[in-house]
Amino acid sequence: MLPPLLRRKPAVAVLMCVPLFGLILGLVAYPFFHALFLATLNKAETAFVGLDNFSFLFGRQTFWMVVRQSLLFALVAVVFKALIGLAAAHAINTIPTKGQRKWRGMMLIPWVIPPALSTLGWWWLFEPTYSAINWGLTKLAVPAVPWLSDTFWARFSIILVNVWVGAPFFLIMYLAALKSIPGELYEAAEMDGAGPWQKFFYITLPMIRNIIAITTLFSIIVTLANFDIVRVLTQGGPLNTTHLFATYAFRVGIESGDIPLGAAVSLFMFPMLAILAFIILRNVRRRAASLA
Amino acid sequence: MNLMTGSTRRTFLKAAGAAAAGTLAAPYVQTAGSAGRLRLGVIDHWVPGTNEVLRQLLERWGEANHVEVTVDFITTIGNKLLLTAQAESRAGSGHDIFALEFHMVPMFKHRLIAVDDVVDDIVAAYGPIAELSRQAAFLDGAWRGGPSPVMNASAATVARRDLFLEHAEIDLTEWFPASDSRDPAKVDRWDWEAFGNAAAALHAAGRPVGAAISPVTDSSAWLAQLFASYGAAMVNEQGEIAADSDAVREALEYLTRLAEVMPDSVYAWDDASNNRWLISGTGSAIFNPPSAWAVARRDSPDVARHLWHCDVPRGPAGRFRAFNSIFWGIWDFSENQSAARDLLRYVAEPEVVVAMLEASQGYDLPLIASHYDRTTVWADAGPPAGGLYNYALRGDERTLTDGYPAPPEIAARISLQRVVPNLVARVTQGGEGFDDAIKWAENELEGVLRS
Repeated sequence: MLPPLLRRKPAVAVLMCVPLFGLILGLVAYPFFHALFLATLNKAETAFVGLDNFSFLFGRQTFWMVVRQSLLFALVAVVFKALIGLAAAHAINTIPTKGQRKWRGMMLIPWVIPPALSTLGWWWLFEPTYSAINWGLTKLAVPAVPWLSDTFWARFSIILVNVWVGAPFFLIMYLAALKSIPGELYEAAEMDGAGPWQKFFYITLPMIRNIIAITTLFSIIVTLANFDIVRVLTQGGPLNTTHLFATYAFRVGIESGDIPLGAAVSLFMFPMLAILAFIILRNVRRRAASLA
Repeated sequence: MNLMTGSTRRTFLKAAGAAAAGTLAAPYVQTAGSAGRLRLGVIDHWVPGTNEVLRQLLERWGEANHVEVTVDFITTIGNKLLLTAQAESRAGSGHDIFALEFHMVPMFKHRLIAVDDVVDDIVAAYGPIAELSRQAAFLDGAWRGGPSPVMNASAATVARRDLFLEHAEIDLTEWFPASDSRDPAKVDRWDWEAFGNAAAALHAAGRPVGAAISPVTDSSAWLAQLFASYGAAMVNEQGEIAADSDAVREALEYLTRLAEVMPDSVYAWDDASNNRWLISGTGSAIFNPPSAWAVARRDSPDVARHLWHCDVPRGPAGRFRAFNSIFWGIWDFSENQSAARDLLRYVAEPEVVVAMLEASQGYDLPLIASHYDRTTVWADAGPPAGGLYNYALRGDERTLTDGYPAPPEIAARISLQRVVPNLVARVTQGGEGFDDAIKWAENELEGVLRS
């Protein structure tokens, strides 16, 4: 016989959520507030300095370069991931159901390999002196490309790898959304004489708009916080031109021993992302409400 | 003990084992603290086979002193050593003894116990520790670590003697012979201009010299020695920003010319790239300890037999060699500090030091001057015979650490934030004017100096 407290459904629900709350408290809330606390300390972590670390950052040329680069990296990578994901999802959706599974599996491979490992593979392809790609290019009498030593190509390389890793996430989300669209809508549109583009713009896009918004939001957050690709491929070089918030925070905080400043760098993107998340989620909620 | 000629790894380990046995038979006085368990985090050695010898020595010491010794070899690639130290120092748990590169001692001094008694004993027995190394580990009036028996190394010029002779008409074996009979006039001619001219000739012959200009340790090291030789500094001895100087402009001007005859890939090199490049036979010179030679000896003997280690070129302000002093520190959270102190004394004993110098095939350099005379490893190493003779400092070179001449804690940050490699790359790769690049460096240095 259960004690009276456990016979009440809300009490059981709360009890069952305790492990989850514990995880969130330990792995999300505590690190976040600890980072906030660290960001308000002096370099030696012995005195409270308020927002001095942030105002110090605002006077650093390299920091503003990192801000620009992070935004460029996230925007370009997310746009390409979304486009490639959408195209691939459409392509797979047109394949008969029986043959879809193997394609879905193959397309997901880049996403399921640990990025640090797959990026190492890319590093071998881009290796500054003995790049496998360059070896192939020179065999074809094409000049070698400075994949990691030139600013443009280094940025191109990290975006390329990020798109390669992240596009399957869009693919799988879009594919699920496409499958949820009732076929009758397309049949009715066809009877009305709608072409493929009209069906895409007037049925598909509106029906998967919420998924696109949520996927984009999630991807922007993850892409802005990217660390492993830059760390393995360029370590932020050349000329600091591939540093993102996370790698620059790591360089300043962990490698140079200025943990409070590193914490300030990593927290800089939090307000931006919070505002973005608020706007996107509010729109999603409104659309969902209007559909209901 | 000549480990270089015809010795297999098996015979070599055997020899090192014999050295260990000899050491253990020496009058080591076991103290009450020598018991329990000790965990060491030491640097994964670049020279194949060296780790095994060190492990053997440490474990035998442990057996003789009833201490369970475990050794983890941690690579410096990707700053893993530093990251592990950061994690352990913040978590307050991990190894008992940890290997610290020169820039790590100031960073972690608040978590390292003072080992003055240990170092005093070592100095009393074997003589003083090199001044440069003392500056790295004697902080706030206390020693924060004891000298490491391994991985102390310097960035000498490692050059293909055949290519320098053929394309630059410089006979390095004559300029830097494997004996003390140097011709001062020839040594004096070995300056950055001569090196630059040779680099241009070698570039024209398709066998360029190369040195990283990227955010890695190797970059900081060789650029530190070049900057110092021009009298250029980022921060002076008083801890003031000094980047806006004629000396810095002179160094940048020279590097602009030198970078033109180096491969473009140097802007993306990591700490192993120069080794791979020289070993592959493409390159003609790098600035490095003899790890490239040691690996080439195993993997590419035709290249190895042409590699000649010699002094760094001099500049208007002198000749400098970057030296990485490694110390073994004891974390304040170590539960076996007494045994750890005993182990630090043990690894400074001549037999251990010599065994490791020979195991590393001459890569390691001792921090105590008297230990240099206990082995002939640098003279014996080869092929080529005498190729490492001048890796041990023989001439007018002064040693320095990255960030020279700034105080140790500031120097460490200059090194770790890669201020100099980025400054140079802004000019040589980014095409920035000297004034703009120096302004950027000053802006970065404000961050370095903040308290």
